[in-house]
Amino acid sequence: MDPHLWLKRKGRISPYEVVFWPIVLVLPFWLFPTYLSLSSQIAITALFCISLDLILGYAGIISLGHAAFFGIGAYAAGLLSAHGWGEPLSGLAFAAVVAAFAGWIVSFMIVRVQHLALLMITLGLGFLLVELANSLGSFTGGADGLQGIDTWKLLGVWKFSFWGKTAYAYSLAVLFILFLVCRRIVRSPFGLTLEAIRENPDRTTALGAPNRAHLQKIFTLSAGIAGIAGALLAQTTETVSLESLGFQRSAEIAIMLILGGTGRLYGAILGAIIFMVARDQLAGMNPQYWYFWIGLLLMIVVLFMPRGILGGLERLAALGRRR
Amino acid sequence: MSQLFAVLFDGFAYGMLLFLLSVGLSVTLGLMNFTNLAHGAFAMVGGYVTYSLVELAGWPFLATLPFAFLITAIIAAAFERFLFRRIYEAGELNQVLFTIGLVFAASAVAAYFFGTVHHSVDLPAYLTGFIEVGSVKLPAYRIFLVVVALVVTAIVVAGLEYTRFGAMVRASVDNQKVARGLGLNVNRIFALTFALGSGLAGLGGALAIDILSLDPSFGFHILVLVLIVVAVGGLGSIWGSFLAAACLGIFDVAGKYFIPELGAFLIYLFMVALLFIKPRGLFGRR
Repeated sequence: MDPHLWLKRKGRISPYEVVFWPIVLVLPFWLFPTYLSLSSQIAITALFCISLDLILGYAGIISLGHAAFFGIGAYAAGLLSAHGWGEPLSGLAFAAVVAAFAGWIVSFMIVRVQHLALLMITLGLGFLLVELANSLGSFTGGADGLQGIDTWKLLGVWKFSFWGKTAYAYSLAVLFILFLVCRRIVRSPFGLTLEAIRENPDRTTALGAPNRAHLQKIFTLSAGIAGIAGALLAQTTETVSLESLGFQRSAEIAIMLILGGTGRLYGAILGAIIFMVARDQLAGMNPQYWYFWIGLLLMIVVLFMPRGILGGLERLAALGRRR
Repeated sequence: MSQLFAVLFDGFAYGMLLFLLSVGLSVTLGLMNFTNLAHGAFAMVGGYVTYSLVELAGWPFLATLPFAFLITAIIAAAFERFLFRRIYEAGELNQVLFTIGLVFAASAVAAYFFGTVHHSVDLPAYLTGFIEVGSVKLPAYRIFLVVVALVVTAIVVAGLEYTRFGAMVRASVDNQKVARGLGLNVNRIFALTFALGSGLAGLGGALAIDILSLDPSFGFHILVLVLIVVAVGGLGSIWGSFLAAACLGIFDVAGKYFIPELGAFLIYLFMVALLFIKPRGLFGRR
């Protein structure tokens, strides 16, 4: 088959997608207005999760420190706002540029190493950044978090209110637009090449694909998107804490992605929704027990559903069709 | 001068503790390429074994140490046999997540049985005081740590270099395919190595109670340190781990003592830089 035709067919919009987006728009606004702030948190987390899916699910780069870019974006937008420029959209753009630049620098290291060294470098960079943000307390607010963020009205019209309508609409709109961008990217020849590199880097080299350059591109892009997610969090909650950089956030985001299923973008969104809703519902539980269930769930998913929930559903559907 | 010496010795003792905690992981990671982030959880098991025996059953501290080793090794062997073996082929990410999940669950179980408070053990009198060496007073427990670590190192090195089993392990680490081809049962060698390595972590966990204090998040706390030792030292290299652990211990203690605001930062920076230049660590074979 002609490859362009194949790509086009792969990129066709499925009926599930057409149903999904209106639902996530309508549900929090009309049915669960008290959950609006949770919903915008979920949208932000889903965006962050998608950024990890780009490098982990598609390009096969395992990162245990992706929260570093999330945090860089959050601090970039937060500091900009705290120093007197609270316009949200330009704040996002600024955070994206800063985080992408950091990602570009780091990408030179990332593409050189594999396995344990890759894990340790991403992990180490995350810890490094936490220590840095902590010791630059006068600048970042240190352990108390960054104070004094004031987000102006969105487009000069909508105020970020306590109820979080603007925040959710804003986060969801950004998520949707960037999702479309990512969807376009992973279904382009470039995205396909990334998958090929993930599956067999030697072969793509032999076919003439510049592996490292490709991986650097997607890593930079992913860092930028993670930065935007961080900036969204900073702008909608008007605070930035050290946790936004930390290992826990990096680990949680990887858990969500695995839970939902890697390499399919919707897995990232689904994982974020399930994880965040479950945590919200079980918040009354002792955190220790919450970790027990998360740990158990993680082990079960790895053992029995290695492709995540969406991957499992897909396999079930395929089985059903064959009957 | 004597103060500097005391700090360096403190750091070295701390490094020896890290060595005990990480040497098993270095060998098993090099052997099976199984990324086991739950190694720290096994150390925690050893810690709680000793805590239970000393504080709840009233045993003397020294008598509990062999059991910290043994019970941890048995538990680790069971996990290897029934769970880990299924994910050797599952890829790095799945291994990372599975073992992190195990750490989560283990810390919750520990919290359920022992509570979230910090635990300590009563040490016998001869381990609590100071011993004068020349003009410096050194804490007896640190000296004890160094002695134990050196003895264990000697046993491990001798075991790997001069026994038949050690030769099999070395052969499997160096080239698993050829080792299999020559008829070695690599899976069984690995299971045994895994149990022994985890047992050493359990011993390390028991010895760490007095230095790091024991709580349910122990497995996470030492994970990063252990991984740094293994990655910097190089997979499968005993001497690499030894050197890396000693350096990490000394840097950490001295850093916190002399430049407290930069201590941890420098360690991470050093590790990232070293792995960037030498992705296989100092003495990594592969």
